[in-house]
Amino acid sequence: MLSARFEYHRPTSVDEALQLLSTLDDAKVLAGGQSLIPLMKFRLATPAHLVDINHVAGLDGIVEEGGVLRIGALVRHNAVAASGSISARHPLLAAAATQVADPIVRNLGTVAGSIAHADPAGDWGTVMLAAGGAFKLRSARGEREVAATDFFLDLFTTVLQPDEILTEVRVPTPGGRTGGTYLKLERKIGDFATVATAVHVLMDDGRIARAGIALTGVGSTNIKATEAEAALAGAEPTEEVFAEAGRLAAAAANPVTDVRGSTEYKRHMIEVYVRRGLAHAVETARAA
Amino acid sequence: MRITVKINGVEETADVEPRLLLVHLLREVFELTGTHIGCDTTSCGACTVLLDGTPVKSCTMFGVQADGREITTVEGLAQDGQLHPVQAAFKEEHGLQCGYCTPGMMLVGKALLEANPSPSEEDVRWAISGNICRCTGYMNITKAIQAAGRTMAGEPVSGGAAVTG
Repeated sequence: MLSARFEYHRPTSVDEALQLLSTLDDAKVLAGGQSLIPLMKFRLATPAHLVDINHVAGLDGIVEEGGVLRIGALVRHNAVAASGSISARHPLLAAAATQVADPIVRNLGTVAGSIAHADPAGDWGTVMLAAGGAFKLRSARGEREVAATDFFLDLFTTVLQPDEILTEVRVPTPGGRTGGTYLKLERKIGDFATVATAVHVLMDDGRIARAGIALTGVGSTNIKATEAEAALAGAEPTEEVFAEAGRLAAAAANPVTDVRGSTEYKRHMIEVYVRRGLAHAVETARAA
Repeated sequence: MRITVKINGVEETADVEPRLLLVHLLREVFELTGTHIGCDTTSCGACTVLLDGTPVKSCTMFGVQADGREITTVEGLAQDGQLHPVQAAFKEEHGLQCGYCTPGMMLVGKALLEANPSPSEEDVRWAISGNICRCTGYMNITKAIQAAGRTMAGEPVSGGAAVTG
C-alpha cells in the first residue's frame, strides 16, 4: 500500500526539528514509524510533511539520575528491554517492554512514539499512568512537563500540540520496597491487547503504602484506576484486598465487544489481571 | 530524493519518492524479489530484512530512511556460491514448505545466532514470534535455526538424512 505523497525532512538537531514543526503546515514527527507508517498506508493519516527525527543526536539515551529515569524520544522498546537499570529498578517497565507488539517491531518502535500516538490499546501510556510518569514536551516556544494523568484526552488525542515533540519520558525511580508487573492478554504475539493491566506498588512496614493501577484496551484512552489505587493505599496486602481492588478496577473499565472478546469477558479479565498483578507485585516488593 | 544504501555489501544509489516503502525499493528498484510482501500491515514478518544487522519489517519503513544505512536481504546470505549455514540448515531440517515466510525467518535466525550462538528452543520461538508461517512449519524452522547455530559454532553436521535429488 502506498501512502499519500508527503515532503520528507531530516533534521539533525532538536532545534532544527522544532523549527520545522513551527513553520510547516500539517507536519508529523517520524520516530519508529511502527504506528504512523501503517496509518499512512491506510491513508488514515495523510500528513503533508514528515519530520524524521532519527538523525537527531541526543534523543536515544536511557539515563537514571536524581531519582528520575529519563527515556529519550528515540529509545526503542527493545532498548528498554535490554536496559540494566530498568530491569534492576523498574520491574513494571521491564515487564511491559517485552510485551509490546512483536520482537521485530520492537527494534524500531519507540516508547515516546507509542505514548504520543495514544492508542487506547497501546501499552506504554498505561505503564506511565501506573508508574507516575511525566512527559517533556518541547517546541520552538519553549518546553513544559505534563504528567501522564494530564496527557491523554481521547482516542489518539493528547495535549501534545502540532509544533511540539515529546522529547523525553520521565519516570520516578521507585524507592524502598517496590514491585510491579504488566499483564497482557493477547490472542497472539503482535496483536493488540484484548486487555492489559499495569500494577505498581510501594510497600512500607508490611503494608501497601501506595499503588498505581492502570488499564489498556478498555476505553477511549488508557485508564488510571484511581478508586482501586485509593482502596489499596495503607491496606494490608491480603487476597481480599487484591480482590476488592480488582473489582474496583473492573468498574473503572469501559470495554466494548469486538473480535477480541465481549464487554463482560474483558471486564472480568481486568478483575483477574489486577488481582493477579497485585499478588505478583507485592511478592516481588517483599523480595526486593 | 537521492539516497545511497549499502545492500548486501554493495553500495547502491537511487532517486526515489519519499513515500516509496523499503520493501518496494528493494523489490522494484533494485529487483531483489527475495524479500516477500505478505500482509503489508506489519503483522506477518515476511518482508523482514536486516537494517545494520537488526531485523526490521521493510513494509513499515520508507526507503529514504535507509539512506546511509546497510541492508541485508535473503540474497545476501549465500557467499561465493556457498549457502549460509542458516540456509543450509533450513534445507537439511526441512524448515520450509511453501517458502513464503522463509526469507524473513532466515534473517531473524541469522540475527538471533549472532547475538546468541546457542539458543534454546524457547529462545528461537521467542525470536521468530513476529514471523508467521502458514504451513505450520514452526517445529522444523526452530530446529533449523538451532542446527545452524551448531554449524556456525563449528560442530559437525549431525543426524539428518542426506539430501538427495
